[in-house]
Amino acid sequence: MFEPVIGIEVHAQLKTESKLFCPCSTRFDASPNSNTCPICLGLPGALPVLNKKALEYGIKTGLAFNCQIAESSGFDRKNYFYPDLSKNYQITQDAFPIGTNGHIDVMSDGTMRRVRIKRVHLEEDAGKSVHEGGAITGAAFSLEDYNRAGVPLLEIVSEPDIRSPKEAYEYLLMLRRTLLYLGVSDCKMEEGSLRCDVNISIRPKGSDKFGTQVELKNLNSFRAVERSLEYEVQRQSQVVADGGEVVRETRHWDETSQVTVSMRRKERAEDYRYFPEPDLPRLSIKRAWVDEIEATLPELPWARRMRFIRDYELPEYDASLLTDTQELADYFEAAVREYGQAKTVSNWVMGELSRLMNATGIGIERVKVSPGDLAAMLTMIDKGTISGKIAKTVFEEMFAEGKSPETIVKEKGLVQIADEDELRRIVDRVIEENQEVADQVRAGKDRAVGFLVGQVMKLTKGRANPTMVNELLRQRLSD
Amino acid sequence: MRPNELKAHELLPMIRRKEVTVEEAVTETLHRIAAIDGTIQAYITVAGEQALGKAKEADARLAKGEPARPLEGLPVAIKDNICTKGLRTTSASRYLEDFIPPYDATVVRRLEDAGAIIVGKTNLDEFAMGSSTENSAMFPTRNPWNLKRVPGGSSGGSAAAVIADEAVFALGSDTGGSIRQPASFCGIVGLKPSYGLVSRYGLIGYASSMDQIGPMTRDVKDCALVLRAIAGYDPSDSQSYPKELPDYTGCLVSDISGITVGVPKEFLEEGLSDTVKDAFMKALDKLEELGARIMEVSLPHSRHALAAYYVISSAEASSNLARLDGVRYGYRASGCEDSASMMAMSRGEGLGPEVKRRIVLGTYVLSAENHETYFNEALRVRSLIARDFREVFEACDCLVGPTSPTVAFEAGEKTRDPLEMYLSDVYTVPPNLAGIPGISVPCGFDEEGMPVGLQIMAKQYDEETLLRVAYTFEEATEFHKRRPEIQKGAHESAGGERSV
Amino acid sequence: MIITKEDVGRISTLARLDLREDDQSLFAQQLSGILRIIDALAEVDTEGMNQMVSPAGLTNVFREDIVLPSVDPEEALSNAPDREGAFFKVPRIMEVD
Ligand SMILES: [Mg+2]
Ligand SMILES: [Zn+2]
Repeated sequence: MFEPVIGIEVHAQLKTESKLFCPCSTRFDASPNSNTCPICLGLPGALPVLNKKALEYGIKTGLAFNCQIAESSGFDRKNYFYPDLSKNYQITQDAFPIGTNGHIDVMSDGTMRRVRIKRVHLEEDAGKSVHEGGAITGAAFSLEDYNRAGVPLLEIVSEPDIRSPKEAYEYLLMLRRTLLYLGVSDCKMEEGSLRCDVNISIRPKGSDKFGTQVELKNLNSFRAVERSLEYEVQRQSQVVADGGEVVRETRHWDETSQVTVSMRRKERAEDYRYFPEPDLPRLSIKRAWVDEIEATLPELPWARRMRFIRDYELPEYDASLLTDTQELADYFEAAVREYGQAKTVSNWVMGELSRLMNATGIGIERVKVSPGDLAAMLTMIDKGTISGKIAKTVFEEMFAEGKSPETIVKEKGLVQIADEDELRRIVDRVIEENQEVADQVRAGKDRAVGFLVGQVMKLTKGRANPTMVNELLRQRLSD
Repeated sequence: MRPNELKAHELLPMIRRKEVTVEEAVTETLHRIAAIDGTIQAYITVAGEQALGKAKEADARLAKGEPARPLEGLPVAIKDNICTKGLRTTSASRYLEDFIPPYDATVVRRLEDAGAIIVGKTNLDEFAMGSSTENSAMFPTRNPWNLKRVPGGSSGGSAAAVIADEAVFALGSDTGGSIRQPASFCGIVGLKPSYGLVSRYGLIGYASSMDQIGPMTRDVKDCALVLRAIAGYDPSDSQSYPKELPDYTGCLVSDISGITVGVPKEFLEEGLSDTVKDAFMKALDKLEELGARIMEVSLPHSRHALAAYYVISSAEASSNLARLDGVRYGYRASGCEDSASMMAMSRGEGLGPEVKRRIVLGTYVLSAENHETYFNEALRVRSLIARDFREVFEACDCLVGPTSPTVAFEAGEKTRDPLEMYLSDVYTVPPNLAGIPGISVPCGFDEEGMPVGLQIMAKQYDEETLLRVAYTFEEATEFHKRRPEIQKGAHESAGGERSV
Repeated sequence: MIITKEDVGRISTLARLDLREDDQSLFAQQLSGILRIIDALAEVDTEGMNQMVSPAGLTNVFREDIVLPSVDPEEALSNAPDREGAFFKVPRIMEVD
């Protein structure tokens, strides 16, 4: 049996207004080369000036991933030629990254695993090449747009601690969740604001050696990461089982056919001729500054999940779903503050609310039902003002219109019928219209009562108090 | 005297008093260029129309009674590796032959805001790599004192323009001596400020950790005047000195009594020509006579400065010049099938041999197998060189030595062996490595009438002491007053004719 | 250290610099001469010395995260050797072997 050894490199675009080293906008959808200036176009004589916000975001993220923040940091030049790289060097951090030695905890198949973070560093993005015909292979020419050149990226590199494709998926989810909680990145893979490269090798289970690494590219979703890794584990295991050897190479994930395809062999490491960027002074990150930034950290997803389990006595499953985004967790907590019973709120948030959100594609931040209204509705159920069944209708209306539950119940006349006389009249009518079933009940076929209850509900459009209806029916039929 | 022959501090009050209009000053300068630049070849681009337009605007402003600005109406030449918006900036490279920057360098903004009028862009060794202006891809510039000789480099065009009255002052750039050595060869004043004192934004980068822009003027007073206008914090240059600066014209006091002047013994060793040594010794006597205390000092690591300099400057240059790839601007080779070969061919065809040599050297010292032995070691030696300076400045206020081991050499004399050319920077390189200021002032002439320069160095950001010593020396000597008599046609055997 | 013609060839590939055969030989010879001087660096006792990257000695120089107008795309493209629409145009990126 083989086990995979997986390491992941994530590039997350930082949510700053301006680029890392120049004041051009970072807007995603601008027309080609309209967000450029002498600095990001790499014109002769132009010089970089560091965006303070980007650095702060870097420190913040490092802290969130439990990294040691470098007291002394700085930038280096990574030299290589590529048409989308306007200076033909990338300003990045090589020798002194902002953060090192961190970790992320992930839950995978019911067990908690700790994935170590090797480093977190800042760097500038390159521009974008648009290839004739859509693909680089076969294109006779390419077109360069430098709007993205110089956009701030945070590179987050894991140690090769991940042991399954599922775990890789969970790691990425937790990483993205954390970045979103921090508010430092939009993490939109479809817009390229989150990108990942994956390294995978296999080794016999129990071995502590490392096999030959294969790098996977073109991973456009977390699912693609998981599937491509599953494919690679299979492929590499097969190669070894057949007596072959895995080659060190870069492989391309083909989404359509769900396989990886060899791109190029890596004969030897590229020589990037890193050296300290002489145009930028070094960074001295004092403890007081780090503390100041640390104080702005929100409660992070993992901690919040644990607190939900502890304080609200929620099952792990509920806690994990409710803390998926900060907004959802905030919503839940606000409703619990009003209503009190966490598990009931959780059931509604994960049940009806999530169902309607999924069906309409509306995110929690745009949901019209306030946590207070949800709490009010739950209280109405408790008080018997509406039935649990009617509550679903009321909630749908709240979701669609944003009105308070009281208003909807009043407008639509949805108040529960709990008047005994009124209910008795309806029950009698149902018995009269369904003599055959009534006789069955009288003959002792208890299950037939359900049908009659259903008929009462139908007549009252669900507003009848079900307990009372049951009782009245039995009373009438045992007379 | 015609306006273009005056010093800035002489012309300025005349413009202020409206004895000379800005248009006259500019027109006379352009006339001089038209008359003499065919011989000197100092300019790559002359911005006649633009300059006249600005001159008229300036006159109109003055006529309305607006106050004259600090450099109002002064015709200035800008070294062609400093970006000027809308005005071709070539860095004397075929690669940038048609490059028109969409932005101004900070110094250009500052000069224009101070009222100076750019008359043109001056020649240099391609990308400032060289010591004779013979490495220009355009044409060589000739030394106005002797047309068969080089004006020095790389700011040779600026130096020649100033001494040949083709501009009242000029800007140069200095990475390893490129302002001071041509100033010395052409008999003018050239200042390399402390690293960070003058913004590099818009200066086409050669070695980022050493490049500085500085004034090239006819005397020290002009030097202070121009420095005051261009120095100071610039948020666009992250290495720019963030503190308040003194008024440099305020330190022009003719008094150096009690000042301690150190003479590094390493600057007087082998390689120094007798004539330069003679002139220097006389200058030393003069300084002593003026009340300075002379003291021999040692900069033990300065003999490694040239080695460290060539490693660091080539490394930085190889990276800085990587952006010249034929994609966004500049020269592109034709008929290339793929991007990689397009880049390699464009660079191969667009760049000159000295530039290519340094790119290869720089890439070599940065490559994985040599990085530690050469590049990192050079950076450590650089620390030692800087430490040597710090230590001697505990005992002396300034240091003096010859600017260059020789006077201006003959054109073609050192072009065959790059190493020999490099040796002419031996005294100017250490201040760039350490980031301290250095100035070259005229201190004599050899028997053939070629000027000799005295280099004065001071602590980082202590331009005041530097200017004060230079000014006092200048006030007590006559060398800066001598002007060349240009022999039109005498260059003909020297070759290197301008083709356009 | 001696630089061979092959070294020069390898380095010029790394530096994307097309050099003629005779230039490669000439550079190898000239750079070997220069390296003889540079090799003297090895004799210097640099024990314990920091690598001096910049003489400015500054730390923490920043700008605030503020957007300023970019250049007009026409201006950005004004020096382009080849363009298509508002893009810079380059020959194929996949190398032709
Ligand atoms: Mg990266
Ligand atoms: Zn920009």
